[in-house]
Amino acid sequence: MATNGRTPARAGRARAVARPVAPAPRIEVRKTYKLYIGGAFPRTESGRTYLVSAADGAPVANACRGSRKDLRDAVRAARKAFPGWADRTAMNRGQVLYRVAELMEGRRDQFVAEVAQAEGLRADRARAVVDRAIDRWVWYAGWADKIAQVLGSSNPVAADYFNFTIPEPTGVVGIVAPETSSLLGLVSRLAPPVVAGNAVVVLASEARPLPAITLTEVLATSDVPGGVVNVITGLRQELVPVLAGHVDVDTIDVWGVDDAARRETELLATDNVKRIVRRPAGVSDARFDWLDDRAAERPEWIAAYLEMKTVWHPIGV
Amino acid sequence: MPDVTSESTKLRPWTGDRAPASWGLGDGQAIPWEYAPAPESREIVRLKERYGLFIDGREVQASDGAVFPTVNPATEDKLADVARATPADVDRAIRAAGRAQKRRWGSLPGRERAKYLFRIARLLQERSREFAVLETMDSGKPIKESRDVDVPLAAAHFWYYAGWADKLEYAFPGRVARPLGVAAQVIPWNFPLLMLSWKIAPALAAGNTVVLKPASTTPLSALLFADVCRQADLPPGVVNIVPGPAQIGMHLVSSPSVQKVAFTGSTEVGKLIHKATAGTDKAITLELGGKAANIVFEDAALDQAVEGIVNGIYFNQGEVCCAGSRLLAQESIVEPLVEKLKDRLATMRVGDPLDKNTDVGAINSRQQLEKITELVEAGVAEGADIYQPPCDLPDRGWFFRPTLFTNVAQSHRIAKEEIFGPVLSVLTFRTPDEAIEKANNTPYGLSAGVWTEKGSRILAMVRRLKAGVVWANTFNRFDPTSPFGGYKESGFGREGGMHGLHAYVRLEDR
Repeated sequence: MATNGRTPARAGRARAVARPVAPAPRIEVRKTYKLYIGGAFPRTESGRTYLVSAADGAPVANACRGSRKDLRDAVRAARKAFPGWADRTAMNRGQVLYRVAELMEGRRDQFVAEVAQAEGLRADRARAVVDRAIDRWVWYAGWADKIAQVLGSSNPVAADYFNFTIPEPTGVVGIVAPETSSLLGLVSRLAPPVVAGNAVVVLASEARPLPAITLTEVLATSDVPGGVVNVITGLRQELVPVLAGHVDVDTIDVWGVDDAARRETELLATDNVKRIVRRPAGVSDARFDWLDDRAAERPEWIAAYLEMKTVWHPIGV
Repeated sequence: MPDVTSESTKLRPWTGDRAPASWGLGDGQAIPWEYAPAPESREIVRLKERYGLFIDGREVQASDGAVFPTVNPATEDKLADVARATPADVDRAIRAAGRAQKRRWGSLPGRERAKYLFRIARLLQERSREFAVLETMDSGKPIKESRDVDVPLAAAHFWYYAGWADKLEYAFPGRVARPLGVAAQVIPWNFPLLMLSWKIAPALAAGNTVVLKPASTTPLSALLFADVCRQADLPPGVVNIVPGPAQIGMHLVSSPSVQKVAFTGSTEVGKLIHKATAGTDKAITLELGGKAANIVFEDAALDQAVEGIVNGIYFNQGEVCCAGSRLLAQESIVEPLVEKLKDRLATMRVGDPLDKNTDVGAINSRQQLEKITELVEAGVAEGADIYQPPCDLPDRGWFFRPTLFTNVAQSHRIAKEEIFGPVLSVLTFRTPDEAIEKANNTPYGLSAGVWTEKGSRILAMVRRLKAGVVWANTFNRFDPTSPFGGYKESGFGREGGMHGLHAYVRLEDR
């Protein structure tokens, strides 16, 4: 009663000097950060967590320390979701991804606060990063119904055949997300395979996983079907080898794998002839300028997750 | 010779040169004609006793002087001795290629590079018969295939990519395409000259230089190609050719001084090569094995389908990565289809590859013949029904009868493993869903075929087949403008067409 901050009623009948009671501060409802698998938010089956700190070292949350089993569940969810997503019309995929931008816009302040906290950015810089992440979805979403026209071809073979080449999504993509850029870097690596029609399993930044989890809350309330994007948080050392060696993963993006671990990771990936997508030679994760549209908005990043299918048919009556 | 031959005669009595009933000559009638031999002359080929490596524009011997023989698979006679490159020779070739790329080829204007490639295309056309005969002698493939397919397509490949050399900016809008540097290329023995052209033409067009290792059983057409490079006055070091065993190929692709690796061959070796590039910044493309499904619906034009099936699996003795080795026939037509196939097989000429009538030539090596024999024996042992047409095989050389298996289960080795021989496995399906399920039930994904007269069904199947090339109402067609390459464990990257250029460039912002 007294906590509502209003002056008590019937003050006149009360004691002569009414002392207004100071309102108690509202206790905020904190969030448990969970995994995102198959459109649901499970905790890690392992029951393990690890402490995530802000850039200034202050403890922020206990994130799930995802396990080998969580990762395998995520791959299974992605494989299940893949055909449905790949079969959507290109225009529909574009609209669905545009809606991700719409919903991020609505939670812009939350992303700004989380990115500022995770990456130690000043508010204006964090705002620029979040704005760019939203705009990057818009840029990539627009490619959904254009990439086939840019990358596909009609081939003038030297005989009476109709011959054309069309791009198709590869399948299940594993992404080792950038370690440094927790939101903009992630979105820039995530949007290309998804707009191409693949289903993905993301290993979020190990030290800065929280913006990725908040992004999954956006994905869950957008129209991206469950399982198309799955996000696991945890320790890279444990999870990267499992992702790289998983035989039902068709492509792996090793952007976030540091140079010392890259060879070992790629060796595991060769067992099922995985496509390996790398950082360009000489580019470091920590120093990459994700705000640079020329650098991070590239149709060839989408092409890396596409297979070219060529079809022949005789021409005749 | 393989034991399976006698096995087949148990299942179907030897009929010699008797016509099948369906020919309408009367059952068991003698075929009223016989083929006279029509051998292509070998005279056009002047074999040397000994071939060297081709490094920095010169023919040189191996640093340790070692040679290995290359053999005609149709006769088992030695054709020539070939220098066997050592790791030091490969390193020398890579250095020569690096110098040529930096000092000459990489900075040569595209329009000048183009003219060299046009010259090469013209020279291949001019010397096409010589190449065809040599290719047939060294590989065992029928002369009509080397003459009508391998060599013309190889020339066409150089022709096609020649035109791209000065038009790269139109292939990659908004980007500047830079060469990668030195390309390490390892090619197989089934299409020696054609695979060379698939590798070298786009690499050179984009401004790279190459070190190429031909297969150790078929080095001769690559070494004759070295002569074409000389005739074209191609600058020294732009093309280097280093024959040798598999370890030499591994040494080549593992070199820190190559920036690009391109391999065509088995999935097994492809994985090793992929591992050799792990953790590096090398660009890599792999074109690996296959186990293609050739799907025939009940409404297909059966006679055309039979021709396509035969071309799909018996072309080049079935030693084709994209061969249609699994025939998926709709249940309602499997019997007439198999009957027609058997009839058609009875007309196939197996024998001297240099004979212009030959349809199925020699198996490339004793080792490959043993592998085919082993898998065919496994097919019989696992309970599939074998059919081989009656035909005489030459006394010498490595030959295998065109073989057809019916009653094949998906679990049989002949339905799962790449045989790389003239062996067709017939499976059946009832619904399009079942056909897709079976067709995609393989780690491979190189090619597939669909036979039906219904257009919408073709397109529905095309969409659902996990294969890089789908031939609808045709099979085994190739063209330099047409991208080729696999899904899944059949590899990645494309060769041919505009897409084939992408494998040889680094894209920079304009």
